[in-house]
Amino acid sequence: MTEIVLPILLPFALIILLVFIRKVNYAKWIGIIGSALIAIVAIYIFINTLNNGVLVLYVGGWKAPYGITLVVDMLSGIMLVVTSFLVLSISIYAYHFIKNNKQFSRFFLFFFALIMGVNGTFVTGDIFNFYVWLEVIMLSSFVLITMGSEKKQLEGGIKYMALNLIASLFFLAGIGLLYGKTGTLNMAHLAKILTNDQQSLFMNTSAMLFFIALGIKAAIFPLFFWLPASYHTANITVTSLFAGILTKVGVYAFIRLFTLFFVQDAYFWHNLLLISAGFTMVIGGMAASIQYDVRRILSYHIISQIGYMIMGLGIYTPLAIAGAIFFTVHNMIAKTNTFLVSGIMNKLKGTFDLKSMGSLLKEQPLLAVLFIIPAFALAGIPPLSGFFAKFILIKSGIEDGHYVIIAIAVLTSLLTLYSMIKIWSEAFLKKQPDDITIPNSKPIRFTVFIPSIMLALGSVLLGVFAASFFDLTMEAARQLMEPSEYINAVLGADVK
Amino acid sequence: MNSVILQIASKYLRILFLMFAIIALLRGHNQPGGGFIGGLLAALYIVFNTLAFTSKQIKDRLKVSPEAYMGVGLLCVLLSFLPSVLSGAPLMQGVWVSYSISDFEVIKLGTPLLFDLGVFIAVMGVTLMFLFTLSTHK
Repeated sequence: MTEIVLPILLPFALIILLVFIRKVNYAKWIGIIGSALIAIVAIYIFINTLNNGVLVLYVGGWKAPYGITLVVDMLSGIMLVVTSFLVLSISIYAYHFIKNNKQFSRFFLFFFALIMGVNGTFVTGDIFNFYVWLEVIMLSSFVLITMGSEKKQLEGGIKYMALNLIASLFFLAGIGLLYGKTGTLNMAHLAKILTNDQQSLFMNTSAMLFFIALGIKAAIFPLFFWLPASYHTANITVTSLFAGILTKVGVYAFIRLFTLFFVQDAYFWHNLLLISAGFTMVIGGMAASIQYDVRRILSYHIISQIGYMIMGLGIYTPLAIAGAIFFTVHNMIAKTNTFLVSGIMNKLKGTFDLKSMGSLLKEQPLLAVLFIIPAFALAGIPPLSGFFAKFILIKSGIEDGHYVIIAIAVLTSLLTLYSMIKIWSEAFLKKQPDDITIPNSKPIRFTVFIPSIMLALGSVLLGVFAASFFDLTMEAARQLMEPSEYINAVLGADVK
Repeated sequence: MNSVILQIASKYLRILFLMFAIIALLRGHNQPGGGFIGGLLAALYIVFNTLAFTSKQIKDRLKVSPEAYMGVGLLCVLLSFLPSVLSGAPLMQGVWVSYSISDFEVIKLGTPLLFDLGVFIAVMGVTLMFLFTLSTHK
């Protein structure tokens, strides 16, 4: 089962390769081929975990709970595959959208550093190791934001860094408390100790520290301010990458930790999750609807959508967890795609401001189709992926009697629809304002659309094959809700 | 800042900084310290130097680019995996060689040291890259 280290080791080797091969043309191809390799590895691991259950690797030969353990279960497998799919499309997208040739090798360098960190968080079974990967993500994303060395990028980057450092501090403090109380960092071992132990006092303090730290990472209410402050400053390729992946690492961590070992005092924690989910949805949605910069609309909208995933976790039934996973996957694909499309819009019109755009439907019918698919998927219109994701979440909420949050979720869908229609009518339907001169845009080549087409296909196929994907997420949810399988796979039966 | 005292002092402090960095690296196997902290200490010397001089002067004076530091460091890390994989042991298991200089003194060298050395160099490179990114903008 050595293969589960490959999602970390492969980007690592690619980083070394890119440091020494600095030629731009090679860097482009290393980026694309490397991403394809990562995707293949991810799919291989996913199939393996589907057939053999939870996969475990003891790094350095140190048995759990002493060494660092890498664990892949269904949730990790799904996240690995979806991430690698996004990574592949964005590496193709970068080909056209990183203007400065000098930036290219550096972009892919930190692109793969980010992927290494993200994959690391998905496969690790050790809470401190998890923290290390979060740091890798933070450092590499800081470099990616500030890649252009523009003043506003530095400003956004420093805001991002400052708030994320606070998150790291809280996370580390939480780990420290847990370690002090239990004497272990292995997540499976922690689960075993904390579920046997009735003393929830220490558990709750560290759970609250984790809640704040992951809340900042996942951008939930009231901790999301770093996201709209920094996302719109970076290069659009970078923003698309962040939109799809960064906050979802926080969501993944929420799902993992709050199903595996923070399971005591369920009433308090689940209500807290539901309340912050409700506020996240509404405030993100409302903030999105008053913006006029496409990237700002989409950035606030990311926040709004995070609320749904946290809501699924807060309802806490197998169906709701499955819904949260389904929603996360759907959102990663569709959200990234809207950003990719906004980048193409910017390339055509030279601006991200909706007021100075227009006539795109007539000029670029293909682009219009590519926008409408993820936009409708996000709004939840059948037969696209978002409809099924929301349907599962709402059904689970009604079954469990959470009517208020369900009402909020449904109303937020209208806000989503409103923001999407706003972009649609301003950029695509409206006539181009006469007083705005477009900087002479070269006709764009078809290859620019390929990543966006890939992701649009992803959204459609996820809708068409919703039933079989739902079975996978149900299986993942079952593993999460009965952590004994995970714990036994890591520890064996004999560790107390 | 253009202080002659600081500029001259930085020359003499170099040995102190680097010595601390290497001590931190070596004691890190069983005690607090290690490659990460050592690398930060070594980078701190250059951060200190940019206070005394300008970052452009420092950048020109460095013979190797920060990216190259990173690459060499990561390569060391990757190489430290090889002995364990090639000998069929679990990935990243420590492989040690002993070399006795006299009857009583034995030098033990192992892959963890190579790993730590790699981390040391890579952390230094990354820190320098941050430094130069933050201190130069258009």
